[in-house]
Amino acid sequence: MLKARVIPTILWKDFGIVKGVGFNSWRRVGSLLPAIKVYNTRQVDELIIVDITATEQNREPDYEVIDEIADECFVPLTVGGGVKTIDHIKKLLRAGADKVAINSACYETPELVSKGANLFGTQCIVASIDILRKSDGSYECYKDSGKIATGKDPVKWAKEMEQRGAGELLITSIKNDGAMVGYDIEIIRRVSDEVGVPVIASGGASNYADMYEALNSGHASAVAAASIFHFTEQTPLEAKRFLEGKGILVRRF
Amino acid sequence: MSVLIIDYGMCNLGSVKRAFEECGATAFISDNPRDAEIASHLVLPGVGAFGDAMRNITAAGWHSALRKYTLEYKVPLLGICLGMQLLAEKGFEGGEHTGLSLIEGEVMKIYNLESSNKFRVPHIGWNEIDKKKDHPLLAKLEPSTDFYFVHSYFFNARKSENILTTTHYGLDFPSIVSNGNIMGVQFHPEKSSRAGFQIIKNFLSIN
Repeated sequence: MLKARVIPTILWKDFGIVKGVGFNSWRRVGSLLPAIKVYNTRQVDELIIVDITATEQNREPDYEVIDEIADECFVPLTVGGGVKTIDHIKKLLRAGADKVAINSACYETPELVSKGANLFGTQCIVASIDILRKSDGSYECYKDSGKIATGKDPVKWAKEMEQRGAGELLITSIKNDGAMVGYDIEIIRRVSDEVGVPVIASGGASNYADMYEALNSGHASAVAAASIFHFTEQTPLEAKRFLEGKGILVRRF
Repeated sequence: MSVLIIDYGMCNLGSVKRAFEECGATAFISDNPRDAEIASHLVLPGVGAFGDAMRNITAAGWHSALRKYTLEYKVPLLGICLGMQLLAEKGFEGGEHTGLSLIEGEVMKIYNLESSNKFRVPHIGWNEIDKKKDHPLLAKLEPSTDFYFVHSYFFNARKSENILTTTHYGLDFPSIVSNGNIMGVQFHPEKSSRAGFQIIKNFLSIN
């Protein structure tokens, strides 16, 4: 049977790793390559690396660094941040990324997703969707690291991304991200129930029980987390032991 | 030992090469079928669509080279993911396409035999293999080992003698197939951590 995945997310700014709170304050927490090596030896299920400032600074992804990281990464690697064109996708895949996460560019040029899926296969196109829960309880998609409202309804947008060929959706709650208050289960479930591709829940995990909720109540196929792995004693391996105890199938280790 | 990783323009070959090197092999990437002459092992990787892949393989002269080196010279061949599916006779991804016809069977879309669960395609993530036969490729692997899969189509191998393992996702599909020196794995050994390395080492031990 297919296993639920626990995926550490690594936010990378320049050559350090940063960890965000509410999408706007960043703080260095170490250098990239040693982190990759550690996660490798810990047998993580998969890794997501996001260059959070690339779009903001109008930069392309740093292919050389990705190449270096990919050489040390023997689990699937998703790379995001600053991906705007087919050429960017091609270069990232060539550098060793297995999947490419596209976020802001999806709103500007949605055909990037369709073209990318046609050229490289749906399995390597991940649509990354940042969602803000507003005070009235409604939800809206935001782009540019959660700064700019897009007017898009998250469920409709998720379905459009799926139809255009995204093989996976990375759903991040902007308010919960880095705040360690648990995932936004409601929006994760709404999206998961409406699409036929796997959904990765992201943003807000504070403990293993939150991960269980995202999988069990949120119907996600995978959980991604950054803060809890970087700033607490909690580890992906322990997370999986906890989930297994709760009856969730995880990869044997 | 000299492992040739076949480049027909369909995927990132760097991770495959790195994984083989990590397992102690000398690996090189080539798009020239003549290089098969100096290879002890052949690897056919690949992601993408069946039809495009076959077009590229045929145009580059790999179609006939692969048949020659595997069928006449018995060089061990490992197909990975799409590379495994290409070993089939036919593929039905975006129309009907002829495959390499090295193992009998057809490639078709994954479907669900169980109505109870929500069924998501692509099949992405870690899933276990269920051993059907003993084979050197499966040496030193724990029962039900998990490997990393990413695919929407599966190789429906016709003969049970060619099916080494199956994996359950909606249906039981062949996850490792073999026909003598020709082998294929649906998952990505280069992305399956230690278990993947064991498969690669096992393949390298087959001469």
